[in-house]
Amino acid sequence: MDRTQEQRDTREPVLSLRGISKHFGAVSALTDIDLDVHAGEVVALVGDNGAGKSTLVKILAGVHQPSSGSITFRGKPVTLPDPSAALALGIATVFQDLALCENLDVVANIFLGRELSPYRLDEVSMELKAWTLLNELSARIPSVREPVASLSGGQRQTVAIARSLLLEPKLILLDEPTAALGVAQTAEVLDLIERVRDRGLGVIMISHNMEDVRAVADRIAVLRLGRNNGVFEPDASNQELVSAITGAANNSVSRRASRRQAQGPAPEERP
Amino acid sequence: MTKGAEQNAQAAPLIDRRDERVKHAEGIGGSARAFWDRIRSGDLGSLPVVVGLAIIWTVFQSLNPVFLAPNNLVNLLFDCSTVGVIALGIVCILIVGEIDLSVGSVSGFASALIGVLWVNQGWPVAIAILAALVFGVLIGALYAVLFNRFGMPSFVVTLAGLLSILGLQLYLLGSTGSINLPYEAPLVNFGQLLVMPDPVSYALAALPGIVMFVLGHRIAARRREAGLSPQPLTSLLLRCVLVTVVLELVVYYLNLDRGIPWMFGLFVGLVVVMNYALTRTKWGRQMLAVGGNREAARRAGINVRFIYMTAFMLCSGLAAAGGILSAARLASASQQAGTGDVNLNAIAAAVIGGTSLFGGRGSAYSALLGIIVIQSIASGLTLLDLSSSLRYMITGAVLAIAVIVDSLARRSRVSHGRA
Repeated sequence: MDRTQEQRDTREPVLSLRGISKHFGAVSALTDIDLDVHAGEVVALVGDNGAGKSTLVKILAGVHQPSSGSITFRGKPVTLPDPSAALALGIATVFQDLALCENLDVVANIFLGRELSPYRLDEVSMELKAWTLLNELSARIPSVREPVASLSGGQRQTVAIARSLLLEPKLILLDEPTAALGVAQTAEVLDLIERVRDRGLGVIMISHNMEDVRAVADRIAVLRLGRNNGVFEPDASNQELVSAITGAANNSVSRRASRRQAQGPAPEERP
Repeated sequence: MTKGAEQNAQAAPLIDRRDERVKHAEGIGGSARAFWDRIRSGDLGSLPVVVGLAIIWTVFQSLNPVFLAPNNLVNLLFDCSTVGVIALGIVCILIVGEIDLSVGSVSGFASALIGVLWVNQGWPVAIAILAALVFGVLIGALYAVLFNRFGMPSFVVTLAGLLSILGLQLYLLGSTGSINLPYEAPLVNFGQLLVMPDPVSYALAALPGIVMFVLGHRIAARRREAGLSPQPLTSLLLRCVLVTVVLELVVYYLNLDRGIPWMFGLFVGLVVVMNYALTRTKWGRQMLAVGGNREAARRAGINVRFIYMTAFMLCSGLAAAGGILSAARLASASQQAGTGDVNLNAIAAAVIGGTSLFGGRGSAYSALLGIIVIQSIASGLTLLDLSSSLRYMITGAVLAIAVIVDSLARRSRVSHGRA
């Protein structure tokens, strides 16, 4: 890693969450979540099933609205009332349930909502740009003129990621980006995530795969039962991470987290 | 494939042809095979309707030789245009996966409005037409508000609309019951008599082929420039020639009698405009997206409510337009206008033509093809002097068959990965 911690910390975070809570009726999906993402940083969001990772991503994508808490994006407090507001700010999302229209072809899906020349669709330019994006991802898509329904899960994931890159976003949210991918495609996506980070974008990545997380993440934020449960460096031991995620051998992890919080605004001192 | 293209392909494969796993159809035989594969996987397009039409025409022609006579076909085209315009609106609403059951009532009320405003109140006919169209569009906007804001299912909203507007129509015509439109008026002439002069009809029939060729050629050139595989010139030329020959033959046959009605020309014009809007504009792409996967469309930043609003407004607006045309066709605005089978005929036409009831799939041309099927059945049964009881039963059976074909094709598309 060529950037030092100091450089990263002196810069303002591109995204900063304070006290985000979300209730679905009587269920608290998220309680008092704090999270910072800096430009040029990959933050991995890990946690068990039901820890609230996807809910948090949906809040950032404008799909759900938080019950309380504040979101600061690029230094300004923002609200995200709907997905187009998040897109307009520069927050792009790749959802776990891929959110593609199966009846439309690959080009139409990549450009959905952002078609070129609205009154006379420029299919040639769109197809060309689609191939460019897909080739950057080294995607193996047979034809961009087939309906998405004919693609495999991995191919659909690639289409979804290609779509998120179209708008040149400032922050990319990836919900399980490698879950459905083969070995080569996973490596490509991880490469791509690094490329995106090196271009100075912030990346939030949800994953269950610790190997992938360690490979690209600069920090690992753990959620447990809808609450923050510590922030780790990628070289943290597996045991530490797993216990923070599952809450099993709780004490060392929670003590560590509380110690860090007590030490104030520099959450990333090295052990 | 020419030699130059082959060398080119060996030197640097075109951007969209680099994946060696994909078979690409080459030449005419290849296109035919690709077409056959598509049919087998359940992507039927307009094939069922063409086959159905051939069967229907053969049966009725063998029962009554007048059926395919030019005179009867010209009448058929006059009758097609009124309900066809309504079916075009139904296509819009079906594409977003909703339904409008009130198109019959809206069309009936629009024709009543024409009668009252134009004949009884003495307004200029253009203003009366405009008022009827505006009324239709506003009704659609009201449906959309109820649908978007209160989450009412579209079939309930429009069922309520069916009753209310039918009541409004009866109230408006209450004192007189029915209003006759003046026979010599241009509007009635348009609905009953006006046909294209022969040269105009031949020229218009040549237009689609020419436009197809020019556009196809330009797109192929741009694709070649951009490094994408262009459509081969021979198959483009073949298709354009085929379309032109078929259309010119149809026009020749109809010109043996009176010729092509202007009203049918208006209908086809609307179909072409709608087809352009649905396939070549951002709005049309978003309509299909909303019908295919509403949540995905919303997450892509599409204003889903606005899309529903336009779909409802277009559907009701076109229903009103169809009502005006049927008033012109019948030269009257009566309490019966828009009642009976108008509603179901319009919906059946769209579905028979190949627009899916499940949303996300359909084309403007399905209104044109479907209404020709429906009117052929109606006209054939009238020629056979069968009672309307039988007519209803047979039309109902055809609708049921069309929906069964739609469902089966959908299931097959899912299993072939083409849904």
